Amino acid sequence: MEVKIQQPVEQQVSDTIMVEPTKKEKYKKIKKTIISQKYLQVMALLGVVWMFIFNYIPMYGLIIAFKEYSIIKTISEAPWVGLMQFKEFLQDENFWIVLKNTLGISLIKLIIGFPLPIIFALLLNELTSMKLKKAVQTISYLPHFISWVVLGGILTTWLADIGVLNDILLGLGLISERTNFLASPDNFWAIVILSDIWKELGWSAIIYLAAIAGVSPELYESSTIDGANRFQKMWHVTLPSIRPTITILFILAVSGVLNSNFDQILILRNSLNESASNVIDIYVYQMGLQNARYSYATAVGLLKAIIAFILLLSANKIVKKLNGTSLF
Amino acid sequence: MFKLFKRNRRTTSEYIFDNINILIMLFICAITIYPIWYVLVNSLNDGVDAMRGGIYWWPREFTLENYKAVFETPGIVTSFGVTIAKTVIGTITHVFFTAMVAYAISRRDLYGRNFYMLVGVITMFFSGGLIPYFLLIRDLGLFDNFLVYIIPTMFNFFHLIIFVSFFRELPTSLEEAAKIDGANDFEIFIKVIIPLSMPVIATIALFQGVYQWNDYFAGVIFVNNPDLQPIQTYLYKVVAESSSNQMMTNAAGSIATKTVTSQSIKLATMVVTTLPIMLVYPFLQKYFVKGMLIGSVKG
Repeated sequence: MEVKIQQPVEQQVSDTIMVEPTKKEKYKKIKKTIISQKYLQVMALLGVVWMFIFNYIPMYGLIIAFKEYSIIKTISEAPWVGLMQFKEFLQDENFWIVLKNTLGISLIKLIIGFPLPIIFALLLNELTSMKLKKAVQTISYLPHFISWVVLGGILTTWLADIGVLNDILLGLGLISERTNFLASPDNFWAIVILSDIWKELGWSAIIYLAAIAGVSPELYESSTIDGANRFQKMWHVTLPSIRPTITILFILAVSGVLNSNFDQILILRNSLNESASNVIDIYVYQMGLQNARYSYATAVGLLKAIIAFILLLSANKIVKKLNGTSLF
Repeated sequence: MFKLFKRNRRTTSEYIFDNINILIMLFICAITIYPIWYVLVNSLNDGVDAMRGGIYWWPREFTLENYKAVFETPGIVTSFGVTIAKTVIGTITHVFFTAMVAYAISRRDLYGRNFYMLVGVITMFFSGGLIPYFLLIRDLGLFDNFLVYIIPTMFNFFHLIIFVSFFRELPTSLEEAAKIDGANDFEIFIKVIIPLSMPVIATIALFQGVYQWNDYFAGVIFVNNPDLQPIQTYLYKVVAESSSNQMMTNAAGSIATKTVTSQSIKLATMVVTTLPIMLVYPFLQKYFVKGMLIGSVKG
């Protein structure tokens, strides 16, 4: 299956500009069109109103990043402070900590977590029993539907000092005394990365499986004639065929490097593992909602969004140069 | 016959590979299922006995007391009610509203289509982020208001794109027939389009239903009133803020036998929270997968 990003721009069907009408006639015609489709217009406009309120007003709200906003004043009354909030963040002792944690978790996740669903999809595709393939798919999609709260509950149970993991490691003689793995910063990155892979491995493979299913059987037939064995087919036919899919998902993954899985980390973090669990998104939440430093937190969030957008554009550009596929 | 033929042609290395591959797949299935199984058997075991540990495969002292305790804790029951209400109402309004806007935008004759589309596409790339959104919800008076679960989630532009691409494929003859019968566009949407669109409606309803059921964050930041907090938020507080002792005292008052612990109630609550999705999911898998594909291919 070919992956294409839909172009929203489409030729508007308009029967107006056939014979150079005067301005007045044109307006009249537009007015008539709109009135004749008044129900449709209202239906579409309701959506626009919703987006205006819930998407565009918060975008306007971003200006508090350049102000000193507090609850007593409205957004427009708050005094301008220029880039003060940004400077404060860059000079804050937490800046390097949250940057290190955010990038550390994301990059390791990218290196380990990105290829795994591809490998999983390739292996799944090689299963000769259709029944087994179906069963594995159903089971592997399952964790995607478990909420992070419940998974957090499972993890705290497993990783507690009386939990299963301690039982296993003690039994194997790998540790000498019981520890609560979530109560120290040492294991936090590994816990976050592995639990995320556990939850999303099967689900992320869906799109690759679809891409593999779309590879033309003729390619396989002709490579059989050329004497290719299964591994060679996997390497020389399947992988190159799904490269566009991989590319696009890679661009998206790179641009998401500053995003952390907020739902996940919020439930797994605690005061004891703070030095490893404080990522940008959590910092924004803490500063903004728990300490009510609205302007400061907004500035941190805005800075993150700007860098993420630049990352998206540059990843897109680099990949386009390298192999011709791109998002835009 | 065919299979046999195939097997004969497999080389030794392919044979080894196939078997290792099957082992890998079985291993993945095992580590996927086991953590869930572990929670299940421990929730079915006597709470005090479970504190000794060592329950891996089967309950040692089988009991349903933990589940009884869950349903006898008033806070949990209320939270379940909130979750069910927000999932049902939130999903219906979301599907209806998003589909309605999508239908209007899918119509090629709609004047200003490109403008409406642009307004939406911009929201895919830019957003105000957490704090401005929080302030907006506050200013709208949605704090401690059940509608905070419904109105801000009523619309989703990605879902709109899925709807639009489906509506485009529908034959226009029925619409035209309805128009000749004097139906207006809204009536056409209700009477013609919705009945024709059940597959895509099912897909979006499932996505939104799972989102509504699993979301805990709205309940954490916008709601203080415990009577309005969904079960996921309740569990979040138990897991993350370790208020489990408090939960225990709540529960203990209503139960005569002292065999449940805060941990065993927590596990039972987790099972009850996840069970509806687990039971429904395998039957609806094809809709999820389909939606995932349309969403990622077109969006």
